[in-house]
Amino acid sequence: MAAGLRLEKTHKHPTITVAGEVLTLDLCGGVWLEAHRTLIVSDLHLEKGSSFAARSGQFLPPYDTRETLACLHEAIARHDPACVVALGDSFHDARGPERMEPGDRAMVAALQEGRDWVWIAGNHDAAVQEGVGGRYADTLTLGGLVLRHEPGPDPAPGEIAGHLHPCGKVAMRGRAVRRRCFVTDGSRLIMPALGAFAGGLNVRDKAFDAAFPKGFTAYLLGDGRVFAIGRAQLARD
Amino acid sequence: MRLVRAGRSALLVAPTGAGKTLAGFLPSLVSLSERDGSRSKKPALHTLYVSPLKALAVDIARNLDAPIAGMDLPIRVETRTGDTPSHKRTRQVSRPPDILLTTPEQLSLLIAHREATELFSGLKCVILDELHALVTSKRGDLLSLAMARLHTLSPGLVSIGLSATVREPDELRRYLVPQTAPRVPPPSTGGDEGSAVSDEVATGALSADGAVPSPDPRPGPPSPAEGGGNASALADLVVVAGGARADLRMLDLGRPLPISGHTAWHSMEAIYDLIKEHRTTLVFVNTRLQAEYTFQELWRLNEDTLPIAIHHGSLDAAQRRRVEAAMAAGGLRAIVCTATLDLGIDWGDVDLVVNVGAPKGASRIMQRIGRANHRMDEPSKAYLVPGNRFEMLECQAALDAVEEAAQDTPDARLGALDVLAQHVLGMACADAFEAGALYDEIVSASPYAALTWEQFEQVVDYVATGGYALRAYEKFAKILRGPDGLWRVRDARTAQQYRMNVGTIVEAARVKVRLGRSLRGKPGTVLPKTGRVLGEIEDEFADTLTPGDTFLFAGETLRFEGLAEDEALVTRAPPGTDPAIPSYAGSKFPLSTFLAARVRAIIADPFTWDRLPKPIGEYLLQQRRRSVLPGERDLLVETFPRGKRHYLTTFPFEGRLAHQTLGMLLTRRLERAGLRPLGFAANDYGIAIWTTRDVSERAAIDPDFMAELFGEDMLGDDLEAWLDESAMMKRTFRQCAVIAGLIERHHPGQKKTGRQVTISTDLIFDVLRKHEPGHLLLAAARQDAATGLLDVRRLGVMLERIQGRIIHRALDRVSPLSVSVMLEIGRERVYGEGADEILAEAEAELLQEALA
Repeated sequence: MAAGLRLEKTHKHPTITVAGEVLTLDLCGGVWLEAHRTLIVSDLHLEKGSSFAARSGQFLPPYDTRETLACLHEAIARHDPACVVALGDSFHDARGPERMEPGDRAMVAALQEGRDWVWIAGNHDAAVQEGVGGRYADTLTLGGLVLRHEPGPDPAPGEIAGHLHPCGKVAMRGRAVRRRCFVTDGSRLIMPALGAFAGGLNVRDKAFDAAFPKGFTAYLLGDGRVFAIGRAQLARD
Repeated sequence: MRLVRAGRSALLVAPTGAGKTLAGFLPSLVSLSERDGSRSKKPALHTLYVSPLKALAVDIARNLDAPIAGMDLPIRVETRTGDTPSHKRTRQVSRPPDILLTTPEQLSLLIAHREATELFSGLKCVILDELHALVTSKRGDLLSLAMARLHTLSPGLVSIGLSATVREPDELRRYLVPQTAPRVPPPSTGGDEGSAVSDEVATGALSADGAVPSPDPRPGPPSPAEGGGNASALADLVVVAGGARADLRMLDLGRPLPISGHTAWHSMEAIYDLIKEHRTTLVFVNTRLQAEYTFQELWRLNEDTLPIAIHHGSLDAAQRRRVEAAMAAGGLRAIVCTATLDLGIDWGDVDLVVNVGAPKGASRIMQRIGRANHRMDEPSKAYLVPGNRFEMLECQAALDAVEEAAQDTPDARLGALDVLAQHVLGMACADAFEAGALYDEIVSASPYAALTWEQFEQVVDYVATGGYALRAYEKFAKILRGPDGLWRVRDARTAQQYRMNVGTIVEAARVKVRLGRSLRGKPGTVLPKTGRVLGEIEDEFADTLTPGDTFLFAGETLRFEGLAEDEALVTRAPPGTDPAIPSYAGSKFPLSTFLAARVRAIIADPFTWDRLPKPIGEYLLQQRRRSVLPGERDLLVETFPRGKRHYLTTFPFEGRLAHQTLGMLLTRRLERAGLRPLGFAANDYGIAIWTTRDVSERAAIDPDFMAELFGEDMLGDDLEAWLDESAMMKRTFRQCAVIAGLIERHHPGQKKTGRQVTISTDLIFDVLRKHEPGHLLLAAARQDAATGLLDVRRLGVMLERIQGRIIHRALDRVSPLSVSVMLEIGRERVYGEGADEILAEAEAELLQEALA
């Protein structure tokens, strides 16, 4: 039996268990920990659009930040968390915060209002240490869970990480659907990227074999709900 | 010749094989040979030749060498293509040849060069070959902008267009000459006057011995009567009458054809016999799948082991070159080919053309027929081979059209905005520009004649900072306006980016297909890297394959083993394996509006049926008995139950693309009406939609139901809502984004970077639509959708036509006409299916596994 599977039939935001903690997988791509009243989101990659303009002269629509924040707002409105944890790579690069539009900056402040907010350091934004509210940390421990940006190389019971931007692909009858997803084996969890312009790495990539040597279940973000898909049903790119 | 020597631009219309290309060069050769003998002057470019095909430019260079060497003329001819080494390119600018042969993309690069003013100042003549083929695409838009620049750099420049017969030659005549009223009165020889073509010439009474210039009795300024309110400038027109009439017929096997299917399997033996009877045969088909199928079937019959080859765009380039070389050397008896050989180098030995499947358009079929017997005095011989009963109707319509020499070339294009953005950046790379002057120049190109100043400003703004309402990128601007009011490119890197991005052809991302070897001892293990590369398939097709799937490619049935480092690894399927995956993306032309109207007319008029093969007349009679035959302008809608489902079929005859769009929109409306549509299938002639609930019943209760279902308002909100999620729209947007330089072009051979670091245009599309729906690139994509993959404009014209003319028949079982489209079900992808249904199915498999 596929590990980590405890699916309440066709639930929009299914609930699973990782290392004994109960997690709700939110359709927007966040994890809701009811017991800790904490919402975890990963890889926001804010200001990715403007980083392309600054670096290579490609003028992508400068609306990815507000789109990502709108998505975050939806999840926050749904759960009203006491604490929000951004699991690293919250900004696409270190200068992201200074390029942010005043309106977007105000949006972040409004979301932070009245709750604890933790920015976990990622590889893109380790240098960001101030100026966008909240507090900063490398890792965070929450009950039986350890929250960090990059999944560790060894088996890590209770680890929740991001970084890899997992995507799952289902191909059937001449059609393929590729969606962002959570990946878990019941012991650890890797979260999807929330950023509007964040790309994805197929969960059949060898990077995931290292994290889940005994296989995994992917929870794909559909249009109307989250779908639990077994490794065998997932195609490579 | 006289016209050109008098400094007038001209369109030379001639059937293929009339030697029009060399005729185009004659004035230049004469003028160059008459040059002042003292060659003290600096070398200067005299004549520019632009061809859509690189190979054609190279071939023409070879053909020019002979007369030049023969007459010992001091004329230097060179080609410039993507393959020309950089040192030669540099030299061609500093020391240009007299005649340069090139492609539209290379011309764009040249006019964006810092030395362009110098290089083109002495240019006397531009020759545009295969103009009829160029002007129907974005390449034509790009070329028109380059031409506008050339007319600025070299006032008085003579342009000569070479074209096959077209429906509206005036559109090409406008294309050749600047459309704005010149600020300086033109000399009396200026090409601003429409010339009447004498009936004599147009009807071909003067035949084979060559071009007859249209008489021009009124040199001087255009008479008010002729100019009228719409004083557009036209190049002169020279029509070469066609040679001998084509010997064209429909292959009639004397027995009924199937109702559906396009493979024409029943005709393969007859085609093989035709190949045996002729010296060299070109077998044209419409899709790569058909090419693969036909090739395989012919070889199955090929007991005489005749050299028969296959040629299509997905095959390895080296393989294609080998086939072309063998053909040129006379080593082949037949080539099965797709549109890749519609244009190209002349092969004198072809004595038969066979067109398998639907002709799709009259002009296309004439172009293909013209590939046989490139001599004016002998008739081209060709057979049309229908694959099903409807294609028989279409073949008859095409025969009638060819008989009347009626053409169905598409309407003139409205210049694309993404192409314009590319051009504006190029002009900034060439030199500082003044916006007003550049605007005047751009609207002198006929595709852009209707461009407003506001649209132009929007394009300049896009090029400078992305054109967003949120002014986020001012400090990164690519082009900047200086205190002198002139726009300049930011830096050398931006100019380099422009050069890397030039052109309008956006290749679908492709993966190589490599033949691996499976290990006998270890099933499922494949040794990669040992086999050869068979060709390439589109990324999108590869995406839908799962290991074990079998498909036809490069003349073989292949088994997909998996993807390894950007290559699709395949093995040969065991003999006798039927390919499981029915089709892969390839060109599929929709039925032309013109032929569609003719097919509708044939169906509507029983008196024309005696010209049809007998079984098809009987088929139509049966339809009349069981249901009804719609009139020429009517739309027939049939509803009937079958099995547990209810069906709605309709026959607009507007081509597959428009029907797919219509199918998507009708499904949405039926959903809203609570009829629970499950899916639909479309072909060139009609659509079938299946539902859970009874449509006949609803129509009986509500007499206005059908009229409302097919209301013109479906192109409003329903279309908008669908465009949000349409994969076709996303593909269209991606092409615009690449052409306009929003994202960098993926260069062939360049190592694919991981998907993690590249930004998918789908994500960009979603964000842009949500936050700035009026953005220039969305407008460009929308304009493309109107005529391209979604064919929205054609759908609009159809909906207008059928208002008040819908004939609904509620039947108790499927009618003969409906059977044809019903058979498409399961053959095509089902578009009614959402992503969540597929995910739910995969999830169910996991649950089953978990419960087992």
